[in-house]
Amino acid sequence: MMKRDEMLKALAGKITGDPIVVAAYSTAFDWIAIRPSPLNYISSGAMGMTSSHALGFALAWPDRKIILLDGDGSLLMNLGSLVTIAEAAPKNLVHCVAENGVYEANGSHAIPGRNKVSFAGMAHNAGYRSTHEFSDLAAFDQQIGDVLDGEGPVFVTLKCERGETYPKDYGLMHGPKIREEFARAVKDF
Amino acid sequence: MEDLLDRLSGDRIIEAVKQSGVRTVLTVPDRMTEAGLLKPITADPEFRQIRVCKEDEALGISAALSYSGQRALLLFQYTGLLDSLNAVRAIAAEYSMPICMMVGLHGKEPGVLPAESKHYAIRIIEPILDTMGIARHLIETDADIPKICPAIVSAYENSKPVALLIGRSPVAP
Repeated sequence: MMKRDEMLKALAGKITGDPIVVAAYSTAFDWIAIRPSPLNYISSGAMGMTSSHALGFALAWPDRKIILLDGDGSLLMNLGSLVTIAEAAPKNLVHCVAENGVYEANGSHAIPGRNKVSFAGMAHNAGYRSTHEFSDLAAFDQQIGDVLDGEGPVFVTLKCERGETYPKDYGLMHGPKIREEFARAVKDF
Repeated sequence: MEDLLDRLSGDRIIEAVKQSGVRTVLTVPDRMTEAGLLKPITADPEFRQIRVCKEDEALGISAALSYSGQRALLLFQYTGLLDSLNAVRAIAAEYSMPICMMVGLHGKEPGVLPAESKHYAIRIIEPILDTMGIARHLIETDADIPKICPAIVSAYENSKPVALLIGRSPVAP
């Protein structure tokens, strides 16, 4: 099992170029602390909508890499998006799910299907081009670069647990400032 | 004049949508609008259609597309609107994104105002939108079609959501 912050730091170290990173809730707060960028989009508004925003960005800018850092609870609230994404088939989308098995932002209660459901299996059967699953940091660090370079839609399950935690500023997440900065950053794409 | 008041033309609606700059339509089929709107939109190469599994997905996709300047229309039934209210609340209302929803009021009696429908589900739609502060327009006959383009253009220019309520089955082109 990977510590989420260590996994995200390893991911940050493998990113090339200027992708848009769309992230959900606890993972989003970790990510914006680990790799700040105006191209981080964390304002999905309603739980589950992160994957739909990522699809929209992928369709908007097909030549730019879109990395989605979804949560397992979030994806369970929008499972249909797996099918929608697979049908739209954006080549530039890498859909990662940080699977910690709990609703971390809501008291760490277990998700339905914890340790039983296979998110990568569902993505495969929905029609994603490739799927991967990591629970070991060394293997993740070794392989994630190639995974990111793969043709999408790519799906990656990241089995992890809470590591070092970072400030959770929900006012920032839902306020206009971060969206305005993002809008300025993508204005000339 | 009589023609304007007792029919709703699918092709005129589609033309108005095109005029507004919309080129992406996010859809869930609705029995009321499928023949007059969805079928011709699906067949129209000027549109990119994205079929979604559930209506709230369309809000996220449309919001994201708007950052690139791409205009989208959401086309679904009022049941989908009701099912998506949390996403409407967050993305459309609180984030003030330009979400343009064309909503079929399936079951509404032609010529009857939604507030006067015998169907509870139809009567509650306008009050819900009003409570959420979302602009709405009833598209009941061809005389209402000129409202469509300005409503969508205004939504994008002012980054505000709008609901276009389809009050009767549009006639297929």
